[in-house]
Amino acid sequence: MLPAELQAKAFDRYPEAGRRIAAKHVDLLRKLPLGFLPLLLRELIVYDWKFPAERRELDGQFAYLSSLSPDQLRQAMAPFAQLRLTPALEKLDWVDSPAIFVEQLTAHLWSTHQIDGFRAGATSYMEKASASAAESAPPRRLGIAVIGLGVERTDYRPFRKLRPHGTYFSRVQAGGGLGAIVGAVTHRAAASPTPYAHWHIDAAPSAPAAVQGVTVVSYASLAGPRAALQSRMQKIYEAAVFDPEAFRTRMAQMQAAEIGLDAADPVLTRFQLALLTEGSGTQVFATTFAQWAAREALRRAQPSTLLVRFGPRQRENPMNVLLAESQRRPEFDPQGSLIDADMGAYYTWLNQQRLPGAAEASFLAWFEGHGDAVAIGPGFATGTTSNEEISLADLLAKLGRP
Amino acid sequence: MPDGQENIPHLLNDLLPQATFYSQVVNRGILGHYVATASIVTGVYETFNNFASVPPNNPTVFEYFRRDRKRPATDCWVVAPSNGFARIGESGHRAYGPGVGAGVILPKRLLTAALSRESDHARYEHLLRDNYETPLFAPALAGTQLDLDRMADVLKLSVDDFSSHARSLASPDELSVYVAKRLMRQLSPSLLWVTLHDIDVAHSGTFSLYLDGIQRCDRLCAELWEAIQHDPEYASQTAMFILPDFGRDSDLDAGGNGFQHHRTGDPMSRTTWMIAMGPGFRPNVVIDRPVDSTDLVPTLGALLGFDARFSQGKPLAEVV
Repeated sequence: MLPAELQAKAFDRYPEAGRRIAAKHVDLLRKLPLGFLPLLLRELIVYDWKFPAERRELDGQFAYLSSLSPDQLRQAMAPFAQLRLTPALEKLDWVDSPAIFVEQLTAHLWSTHQIDGFRAGATSYMEKASASAAESAPPRRLGIAVIGLGVERTDYRPFRKLRPHGTYFSRVQAGGGLGAIVGAVTHRAAASPTPYAHWHIDAAPSAPAAVQGVTVVSYASLAGPRAALQSRMQKIYEAAVFDPEAFRTRMAQMQAAEIGLDAADPVLTRFQLALLTEGSGTQVFATTFAQWAAREALRRAQPSTLLVRFGPRQRENPMNVLLAESQRRPEFDPQGSLIDADMGAYYTWLNQQRLPGAAEASFLAWFEGHGDAVAIGPGFATGTTSNEEISLADLLAKLGRP
Repeated sequence: MPDGQENIPHLLNDLLPQATFYSQVVNRGILGHYVATASIVTGVYETFNNFASVPPNNPTVFEYFRRDRKRPATDCWVVAPSNGFARIGESGHRAYGPGVGAGVILPKRLLTAALSRESDHARYEHLLRDNYETPLFAPALAGTQLDLDRMADVLKLSVDDFSSHARSLASPDELSVYVAKRLMRQLSPSLLWVTLHDIDVAHSGTFSLYLDGIQRCDRLCAELWEAIQHDPEYASQTAMFILPDFGRDSDLDAGGNGFQHHRTGDPMSRTTWMIAMGPGFRPNVVIDRPVDSTDLVPTLGALLGFDARFSQGKPLAEVV
């Protein structure tokens, strides 16, 4: 089927909110080229499980596309309309399975050397759609990365990549540090109680306590679903014939209930499912899980507050050993985990800086149990070192000052 | 020192001063390891499915070399730690193809086969891991890769000695370099292609393991050059080229996740470098103009006297 043949009933299998939007915009959808429309539908089909920020962004795209004159729309879609597709792609069920279409489209674009043109077109489209969105004042964000749990002594020099962007504190009082940080997150959640605006991502071996108004994602709490998923991966691993593409499709089709994910909050459940089934290494390495979860939370939920606490990951092993994590007591690699987490903290800051309001955003990275921290944000000089003794509570208070 | 260079002391301090260094080698093809390596080997941007067990569509450097120079099968070898590279040695091209390519040695396959005759498999598992991008990918073997008994014959290495030595090694890349050195000693091939793959652990998202892989690769490249210099069959008459198949996603590209993948097709994931060293090459020279990774095969053609007639690349004037 081609987009011009679309009818509203084609979206009957979409969840309620997504179906409603599709029906409202079906005339617009008919005018979009096949090289673009399934990408939009890939987002729309999961609209019901999107975070508020993602919904606003998708609503904004529909508003932008609807605001264009026929000529403007043709121009905006030109990079996608010019793509050379195949009859096989046209025959795919891109309405009900847009993700599969996009996966095959991507492979086709790479193999036909069209990926660079597509990438340029997509970047330009997103810039224009974002620029047209109604501006609302972004929140003053605070990101916090806590790294190095379990490392008592090390020669490693932490925060090398973050230091140039803020002030490095060499004599932070470590005692009660984590409590002060969790307290600051709790305080911000209470002061500005918005759904999915305050996050605590935790990869320590034991799960953190629940806090009112804070979305908690914990590697330890997901031990059961991870074990169930690892067991499924292991079975595929042991099969005589393995098809990597079929494996990826199977992972993408995995349902939350299949691996025992709690469905109390369907939006968060889908988020956690995606972390485990779409992430690479998130199933077996705590440091990877924490970094990817923070990245995805920032990209998708655009939170005001994000705390990511890295924990020690298991030592490297062949994949079949890593996947049998639940059947043995894994040996940790705290020193390697410190290096992983340090890079993860840097990436978390980079991802926070991609959100609106970056100039006003603040970021704190702390080496847990040690005196090293970096504070980035308004009021903190870049590329400097402070040797003053300071508590984390005071540092957080400084970061929170207007 | 620019960020990251502390991880490659051997390349920087031992090899670069002796080499002509290309600072911008661009890969304009598909950024998957097998298909990208096949593109470098053929000098044509191959377009097959990266995860399929298929030969390259265009003639490989090995076929050009053997056909034009009338070289025997024992003169060209590929050592590839990733099991997905079984068919890299010769193309499916009608004018070349079966019988005129390189022998392929997959050391991990050999070790697995050797261990099936032993009972302590667990002691070698660190050498048998495959890449993390497709951690479960173990394609059915096809092509001309060496089997265990033939390896024992070719390398003059008993299965027991092979297993015993493997036990002392730390990674699949070390196993590959061990096999490559053994090949050099026993057969002195004119053309030897070694692919190192430990750094693919990046796909697991663990930066420390990625750094370990980079540092190991740096050391192994220097060890290979050292082995060349100490082997009378090779010393002072051998060129070595070192290049990554492609780069990795930029930290600053929102579409990627930094070092973990090579999915965005951004300039950093497409642009890498190449070291060219050996007799007649200008030492300590940096070439900043962009060149293509497909330029390597026609360059080798100009140096070794074969015509890479189907290649899309151009010989690199600075080294031919």
